Amino acid sequence: MCLAIPMKVESVKGDFAVVSIGKIKKNVNISLLKNVKKGEYLIVHAGFAIEKLDEKEAKKTLEFLKEII
Amino acid sequence: MKYIEEFRNPEKQRKIVELIIESAKFINFKITLMEVCGTHTITIGKYGIRKLMPKNIHLVSGPGCPVCVTPVDYIDIAIELSKRNDVIVTTFGDLMRVPGSFSTLEKEKANGGKIVVLYSPFDALNIAKKYPDKNIIFLSVGFETTTPSIAQTIKFAKRERIKNFYILVGNKLIPPILEFLLKKKEININGFICPGHVSVIIGTEAYKFIPEKYKIPCVISGFEPLDILYSIYLLLKCIIENKIVVINEYKRAVKDKGNTKAKEMIYEIFDVCDSEWRGIGIVPKSGLKLKEEFLDFDVLKKFKVEVKRKIKNNKCLCGEILKGTKLPFDCPLFGKKCTPENPVGPCMVSSEGTCSAYFKYERK
Ligand code: SF4
Repeated sequence: MCLAIPMKVESVKGDFAVVSIGKIKKNVNISLLKNVKKGEYLIVHAGFAIEKLDEKEAKKTLEFLKEII
Repeated sequence: MKYIEEFRNPEKQRKIVELIIESAKFINFKITLMEVCGTHTITIGKYGIRKLMPKNIHLVSGPGCPVCVTPVDYIDIAIELSKRNDVIVTTFGDLMRVPGSFSTLEKEKANGGKIVVLYSPFDALNIAKKYPDKNIIFLSVGFETTTPSIAQTIKFAKRERIKNFYILVGNKLIPPILEFLLKKKEININGFICPGHVSVIIGTEAYKFIPEKYKIPCVISGFEPLDILYSIYLLLKCIIENKIVVINEYKRAVKDKGNTKAKEMIYEIFDVCDSEWRGIGIVPKSGLKLKEEFLDFDVLKKFKVEVKRKIKNNKCLCGEILKGTKLPFDCPLFGKKCTPENPVGPCMVSSEGTCSAYFKYERK
């Protein structure tokens, strides 16, 4: 039940943002986050964005992986 | 960066598996790692990760499927409520097929019960506005991942003075159940793969007590196959180097303190209380109840509901399976009397239930 999906912010309006993955678009509540901006990726669960994804950290993890394998 | 494909690269998966096999050679005893979260169980099943492990590395599933641990009484009460003419019960789809004592929400809906499946708790408020003469009840289950959204919904309902919206509280917390299992010494675990999206909310700090008090390493993991494999490798490395710590593999989403705004939201609306976990029993301080100033939203304050509990449950082993002490294969009903089409116990219901995931991906 803790499934949550990375989705890209298309537009922001008050407590809500339109987010997308592939062709799917959704209007999600962003009131659990601060300063959501267009182009950012959010983790979406049950109609709410619960966190932003950090591109730098994602790249670092992939770098670590590259180093060990 | 789309955060999905990058973490699925098959060539890299193969290479980490090799690394895991090499590392396991340094360990001359049996290692049991528990993936706490049902969503991890799915990734492990879907990518055949359990079968790729060397002989001395065992992956067992834990108590992290909220649907599986929701008590029979909870379902029975929800069913009773759905029979009232002045009520609409709203729920996440996952709960629909969970067996109560005598029935399921799905069967009741087919028989005319007023039950609506929602994607978001927030949608319940739209139903409440649309049907002002009905009482809209949301079945509030879930771990820390889900609870802030429900808390926010309640806060909004209070602000908007929506008077016909209620919840049936069944929310639970992950760290207390882990501590309960560790204290009881019922489980023999050498490392935890900690739930990524629960951790998004509670942060890495919430698991510190596990290495400190119980000397077991933890890795907070993302949900793609590379995340899980890398987390397994990190746990083996901890064990080999005797570095017993919490490691955050899912840094792109999880901070040390978690999402503080979401965490605060939970405790603005709820207080901690003891809670029953299906198949496990009452676990101290592992659940939530509405705070006094939000009790108007508690459906059990509004309606008196009595349910008779069925005395004896069949031979279902869900309780043991949720603790990682038994596997679905140990259950005589698995794949015979109990299948995803005809679930006997809750672990076969949700696609994230251990029995259901094993049925789909791991049957021998
Ligand atoms: S196979 Fe069915 S009856 Fe057996 S433990 Fe799993 S859910 Fe329970």
